[in-house]
Amino acid sequence: MNSTFTGVTSQEYKYGFVTDIEADSVAPGLSEDVIRFISAKKGEPDWLLDFRLKAYRHWLTMTEPDWAKVAYPKPDFQKIVYYSAPKAKAPKYASMDEVDPELKRTFEKLGVPLNEQAALAGVAVDVVFDSVSVTTTYKEKLKAVGIIFCSFSEAVREHPDLVKKYLGSVVPYSDNFYAALNSAVFTDGSFVFIPKGVACPMDLSTYFRINNKESGQFERTLIVAEEGASVSYLEGCTAPQFDTNQLHAAVVELVALDQASIKYSTVQNWYAGDKDGVGGIFNFVTKRGLCKGRASHISWTQVETGSAITWKYPSCILLGDDSIGEFYSVALTNHKQQADTGTKMVHIGRNTKSTIISKGISAGDSSNSYRGLVKVQPKAEGARNFSQCDSMLIGQTCSASTFPYIEVQNRSARVEHEATTSKIGEEQLLYFQQRGIPAEEAISMIINGFCKDVFRELPMEFAVEATKLLSLKLEGSVG
Amino acid sequence: MLSIKNLTASINGTPVLKGIDLEIKAGEIHAIMGPNGSGKSTLGKVLVGHPSYEVTGGEVTFDGKNLFDLEPDVRARAGLFMGFQHPIEVPGVSNAAFLRLAYNKKAEAEGRDELDPLEFDDFIREKIKLVSMKEEFLDRSLNEGFSGGEKKRNEILQMAVLEPKLAILDELDSGLDIDALRVLGDAVNRLMRPERALLVITHFPRILETIRPQFVHVLSGGRILKSAGPELAVELEERGYDWVLEEAAAGGSR
Ligand SMILES: Nc1ncnc2c1ncn2[C@@H]1O[C@H](COP(=O)(O)OP(=O)(O)O)[C@@H](O)[C@H]1O
Ligand SMILES: [Mg+2]
Repeated sequence: MNSTFTGVTSQEYKYGFVTDIEADSVAPGLSEDVIRFISAKKGEPDWLLDFRLKAYRHWLTMTEPDWAKVAYPKPDFQKIVYYSAPKAKAPKYASMDEVDPELKRTFEKLGVPLNEQAALAGVAVDVVFDSVSVTTTYKEKLKAVGIIFCSFSEAVREHPDLVKKYLGSVVPYSDNFYAALNSAVFTDGSFVFIPKGVACPMDLSTYFRINNKESGQFERTLIVAEEGASVSYLEGCTAPQFDTNQLHAAVVELVALDQASIKYSTVQNWYAGDKDGVGGIFNFVTKRGLCKGRASHISWTQVETGSAITWKYPSCILLGDDSIGEFYSVALTNHKQQADTGTKMVHIGRNTKSTIISKGISAGDSSNSYRGLVKVQPKAEGARNFSQCDSMLIGQTCSASTFPYIEVQNRSARVEHEATTSKIGEEQLLYFQQRGIPAEEAISMIINGFCKDVFRELPMEFAVEATKLLSLKLEGSVG
Repeated sequence: MLSIKNLTASINGTPVLKGIDLEIKAGEIHAIMGPNGSGKSTLGKVLVGHPSYEVTGGEVTFDGKNLFDLEPDVRARAGLFMGFQHPIEVPGVSNAAFLRLAYNKKAEAEGRDELDPLEFDDFIREKIKLVSMKEEFLDRSLNEGFSGGEKKRNEILQMAVLEPKLAILDELDSGLDIDALRVLGDAVNRLMRPERALLVITHFPRILETIRPQFVHVLSGGRILKSAGPELAVELEERGYDWVLEEAAAGGSR
């Protein structure tokens, strides 16, 4: 009757199927020629090819970072396919009816609300399928208020000045190894522009899906909110099951001008590999927001449950006086997953404020690290930060670590850091069971309670999805 | 209803229960008394299936079924309840949501209708009156920041919601002032039915003035040293436990 915490989770990856769509790809490998091919294929202007080549040349001088608490075989960058696109019958679809039925079925299995449901839910969906945007809904409605929400490629074609002005302004191509790689080879992504004074009338949502075996995914997202504008952006991901590790190195840049507000929410559920750690996505993402204007506000909320390796630190540069940065995160790891995630809050302007709430949940043999930097620069008079980092362990063989880095160069700053580690102990579990609640439901309830402060920052539908996802991911975590 | 035969159990390899025999029938109230560390809580926890305790021998049946064949949550839904001596705190889980899930799990198991949040709200508002609990406690996190007495109130509220066949109440009186003790004691009495039973664990006889047992057992060193009627509780109050231990050492009782 000794019930233990072995036999960890085992909900097989629900979205593990492959779609049979002819891909239009380059041969594996990376060179200036490949970059020129990508750029030409996309009909890009010279300045963008230039940006890519500079990034590539810089990348060649860099080495892969190894300071994160993750261990993995280094990807062979010459084996990656840097461009693949689903074959389109026409350059652009006028309506959903024209979209490949095979592709539509895939989305249905994934539960992507690309149809009327999306309309009812009030969500505009920009679907990225293997690097190239297939369709964008609601554009007209958004257009009426002057909002641009389109694929990155389209933005390059239709709004080159805006892209040129902001691309790389938050994450320069030289920023880090993966950002440099992304800058050289990114194929597509999303672009959002909210003009002065406009509050985006609906949540904007992008579903990413990695479909092509061994195709690296290098998404580029750029969101700009002008003075007084506001937007809530949702990113959700699923990927099919493969045995070969897949690299994902996205770059997301957010720019908020005076009194603008950007809320960026992610629920990430990429294939994490099987129980023995075979396969799974390598997720090396650079996400950064620049609170450029006075009293601007950037908020990151993430629920990270997938990927074999996660290396991700959504950050805020608080440049404008009175600007606010927030980071709310739930990172769940199970089996052999490794996550090293956290945030950076860099206080530059006066009276800038930041809040960090991080909840790490580890089960199985996984490793889950929080790494956060709070930096207060000399001129950041009156800066304030509050950080709360809680870890929860399920079972005996997982690990959780917290690495808070605090650098304060202004005496008027107030920085508070709290950290706790708890175990879903036998006592808690027994208490629930003693009231007739089965162990799995008990764990799910305890975990959701633990994550409440983060979930309440998510848009409603996302919060519901996230709750289900965590339960799914932890199914079988107790024996 | 509950039949315990020569039960032995240990924790971390240390034997704590050393051969317990106990029969509880429907309609009965039993009290287990004994000095601190005698194994009273252990007995309760073993019965409800605490994973840290290892059952090393003996048999326990509950309503004719081998108790140790059932998972802890199955035992609970079958009508076994324990009010804990130290109820645990669970941050972020609302008390009301927890109570409703527990209620619905039992309803489901018994083929009764589950209650939606609104129906449950009506239901629970009635129940909290029984334990004189303020409504605000329903919206708080489960036991988080509750005082000792509030936690005990919450335990009895859960008992009222689940209406168990057999309730084991472990040191209900600890952390309670006299008024609260009377309120909760009365609540427990009102939940008692001919088809139900109670096992009251305590080392202070005081609570037995409200919840009146027909049978009193003295547990010490993992064994029941003496069993008698309610007069034993009175005697223990007057004389303490030592004489029972001495009597047992002399090979007297049982
Ligand atoms: N987790 C544990 N590890 C080791 N010994 C324990 C543990 N829990 C209880 N014990 C021991 O078991 C004995 C009985 O404890 P308990 O049942 O809590 O006593 P009571 O409830 O009668 O005061 C005590 O000697 C106590 O020290
Ligand atoms: Mg005790």
